[in-house]
Amino acid sequence: MATTTPTALVTPRRGFRLVLRNRKAAAGLIILGVFALVAALGELIAPYDPDALSPALLEGPSGAHWLGTTNTGQDILSQLIAGTRGVLLVGLLAGAIATVLSIVVGVTAGFVGGAGDEALSLLANVFLVIPALPLIIIVASLLPSAGGTTVALVIGLTGWAWGSRILRAQTLSLRRRDFVQAARANGESLWRIVFFEILPNLTAIIASGFIGTVIFAVLSQITLAFIGVTSVSDWNWGTILFWAQSNQALAQGAWWWFVPAGLCIALLGTALTLVNFGIDEFVNPRLRTGGNRPVKGIRPRVGFTPVRRKETS
Amino acid sequence: MTFLLRRLAFYLVTAWAAITLNFFIPRMLPGNPVQSLITRYQGQLSTDATKALYALFGLDEDTSLWQQYLDYWGRLFSGDLGLSFTYFPTPVAEVIEQSLPWTLILVGLSTMVSFTLGTLAGAYLGWRRGRWTDALLPIGSFFSAIPYFWLGLIAIAVLAVAWPLFPSSGGWDGAFVPSWDADFIWSAVYHGALPAITIVISSIAGWMLGMRNMTVTVAAEDYVTVAHAKGLKERTVMFAYAARNAVLPNVSGFALSLGFIVGGTLVTEIVFSYPGIGYILYQGVSAKDYPLMQGVFLIITLSVLAANMLADLAYALLDPRTRQEG
Amino acid sequence: MNQPVLEISGLSVDYGYHDDAVHALRDVSLSLGRGEVLGLAGESGCGKSTLAYAATRLLPPPGLITGGEVLFHSRTGETLDLLRLPDDELRAARWDEIAIVFQGAMNSLNPVRRVGRQLTDVMAAHRPGVPMSVHKGRARELLGLVGIPADRMPAYPHQLSGGQRQRVMIAMALALDPQVVIMDEPTTALDVVTQRQIVERLIALRAELGFSVVFITHDVSLLIEMADRIAVMYAGRIVEDAPAAEIYAEPRHPYTRGLLGSFPPLRGPRRALSGIPGAPPDLASLPPGCAFAPRCPHAFARCEGERPELSGGRRLSACFLPADGPVAAVQGVAPVE
Ligand SMILES: Nc1ncnc2c1ncn2[C@@H]1O[C@H](COP(=O)(O)OP(=O)(O)O)[C@@H](O)[C@H]1O
Ligand SMILES: [Mg+2]
Repeated sequence: MATTTPTALVTPRRGFRLVLRNRKAAAGLIILGVFALVAALGELIAPYDPDALSPALLEGPSGAHWLGTTNTGQDILSQLIAGTRGVLLVGLLAGAIATVLSIVVGVTAGFVGGAGDEALSLLANVFLVIPALPLIIIVASLLPSAGGTTVALVIGLTGWAWGSRILRAQTLSLRRRDFVQAARANGESLWRIVFFEILPNLTAIIASGFIGTVIFAVLSQITLAFIGVTSVSDWNWGTILFWAQSNQALAQGAWWWFVPAGLCIALLGTALTLVNFGIDEFVNPRLRTGGNRPVKGIRPRVGFTPVRRKETS
Repeated sequence: MTFLLRRLAFYLVTAWAAITLNFFIPRMLPGNPVQSLITRYQGQLSTDATKALYALFGLDEDTSLWQQYLDYWGRLFSGDLGLSFTYFPTPVAEVIEQSLPWTLILVGLSTMVSFTLGTLAGAYLGWRRGRWTDALLPIGSFFSAIPYFWLGLIAIAVLAVAWPLFPSSGGWDGAFVPSWDADFIWSAVYHGALPAITIVISSIAGWMLGMRNMTVTVAAEDYVTVAHAKGLKERTVMFAYAARNAVLPNVSGFALSLGFIVGGTLVTEIVFSYPGIGYILYQGVSAKDYPLMQGVFLIITLSVLAANMLADLAYALLDPRTRQEG
Repeated sequence: MNQPVLEISGLSVDYGYHDDAVHALRDVSLSLGRGEVLGLAGESGCGKSTLAYAATRLLPPPGLITGGEVLFHSRTGETLDLLRLPDDELRAARWDEIAIVFQGAMNSLNPVRRVGRQLTDVMAAHRPGVPMSVHKGRARELLGLVGIPADRMPAYPHQLSGGQRQRVMIAMALALDPQVVIMDEPTTALDVVTQRQIVERLIALRAELGFSVVFITHDVSLLIEMADRIAVMYAGRIVEDAPAAEIYAEPRHPYTRGLLGSFPPLRGPRRALSGIPGAPPDLASLPPGCAFAPRCPHAFARCEGERPELSGGRRLSACFLPADGPVAAVQGVAPVE
């Protein structure tokens, strides 16, 4: 949030290592790595073609179909694997677009100040308050063919405001710091100051904003696919849920059809959130729990400092 | 006072921006959408409706863009949002009027409940950080990562299909006619319970995590240490000093994330076929009913703005620094 | 002085629970006489605030008290072992016996609670039987004592200036008529004029109310003027502890000498400002010998390998240099005429 104080002058690489040492962040990164691997391998590890029909109609999990089949005999595990790539690509693309926009708007607003700042902040706040998902739904449904790239573009163009707000606040506080003032006094060019003095100190916040947007993008695109606004022939986890819902999987008790996709979404979201926890704890040292592993017998408590006694007395 | 005036000005600008956006979206579409619509609704569209469509998409060659914009505002002020195709020939305004109260009550109540419970839980967790309760953090982030609609599906599968405690869809029992009598209200509450529980469960973790981190941050503030040094009761320190300050960013965060939450809850309505504005939006989207979509978007945005203003008012009441006096 | 009111012995504090912990206080012993003003001086980061917080277990996580004892002797002759008290008894003793004015009064007041309320809530918590109207009267009286009009009671902290907030904190510290008031750099954030006023007010109040004061600052010249006794800290240890006049006339520890050289005295003859070259050591990994040795102009072989203990009866210092040795005379702090 806006109240955090960045640990200035920590190089991004050292910061990355610090975040890694955090157990929550490390767990998140491992889960993300597994998803990335599945997305990269895709067809290679999928047991079947996700579109291939088979005589095994609406069967529960079995040796042949680990996660069961749909009402047309398609293999759900293969659909899930095929969907992973789409979900990750759209999420990353949308996250990248939104992050670039948020940096441009946020850092500019924080750096130029005055009327320019007022105008850009107003723009960001307007985008923040207008409900994004209904807007995305409408825009996506108005477009003749909403494939993955279009969806990523729409999400990226609407989802930058939150990050830009936080970046603006941080840039403002950095601008007043000694090292930036010194660079200005030395007559360094504006661009040099922004790229070499300001941006490196915003790395953690940019990373956290990027992850936040990826979470938002993943949820949005899955929602879009689920309500059938986007192309239902591109596999993503929302598409699986769309077919499950439109074929009454619920009423037929075919839990294997809609449970795994939802769990994948939640797991991916959790992994991303955990990485963000790590970044938060790095940015805001108060959130750290003493190296994150309190020792047995010591209860860290606000207002009553623990006392460790030697066993003698 | 200046704080509230500034905010009011901001909402006016935002409302203007949203309404203008609403005007431009259909105009930025490639091709001639009206022609495809007319083909789609063969014969069902009256000449009036066709003309309205041409105006909506700005394909009316005779009028300038500016004139179109003025006409659009004129129609808005007279409450004319056009005719819905799906519910032809019901005006969009009427369709929205019937569904809006359902959403306001469902989403409004469950969001308030979720915010209150989540904030209380977060304050408690933040206060007790470093103990086993910290294990709730990853669990909480798992729940906040679950899409609302999927939790809705699970809730239906478990509590309506496998173990039929609640109805799986609709806003009231078909045997009743909407009115203010006790049976109908009871039926509405019964039908709303499952969607409401779904919304609360999927949004509570977000509030909890935010409040927890704010409480941890505030607990290290000097004034909290002073409160401890003063020997005040633990409860006083926690509520009157730590949580009381930690809740401020949570309230402003509440205002800012409303747009986001509302998006999620609308999809919950779709899953439960709940007769609210989200379900109407879904109907509009499935049928490519542009006037209905536009109207719904406008109403959602204005409602979110109104809710935002309420949150701002609450903030002004909670934080004396926004009130300029003495 | 007579019987001490507060006795700290062997107090050690770490930040962090593991091997990489910062040893912020090591084996600190100090006693505060009844009615005495004890000055605690040292560069910023040497552990002064840590000492103030640790005495009543107020250190924030990851603070950990790893040893030592803090004894409080009340007027009635009762002795409280503060580090062993159960929570509710410690809570009762806080502010009632030992009040603290924290470093940075800017953030010491709850921004969303009225000033008057913050004065009365502490009285209500410790004197539950007394009616609220009495507390309110007392709060007004206290504000008057520190020179703030009583009509500021309903103000919020953001409506007060920095100096006013600092005075409110002092008034609050006196609310329960405590026997010990610990003041952690109460004036550093203020301009010189306000600083002067507050210190003078404080000295007058002490004479009137008779509490003891631990006055923490990195500004030794201020202490020379107002303290009875001065303890000098370096890297988490007390390195010198002696009556103020004697410290001024004849500092024994080279670090004290350096400190005295860093500030212009408020009154009296001017001295050349020398300052101390070098930077304070890393508290997580200190050398085996004297922590000041690397910066000390008089360090010799023994200083590097062995740590000098605080010793010397009434005038304590932790240094291997002979007390009245030639070094003091050679390098000394001879007044500049
Ligand atoms: N919360 C903390 N976590 C880790 N180290 C701390 C913390 N607070 C203080 N320290 C360290 O303890 C040492 C003493 O700090 P402090 O008591 O605040 O010094 P002083 O008040 O003399 O300036 C410093 O070196 C500081 O870095
Ligand atoms: Mg200090």
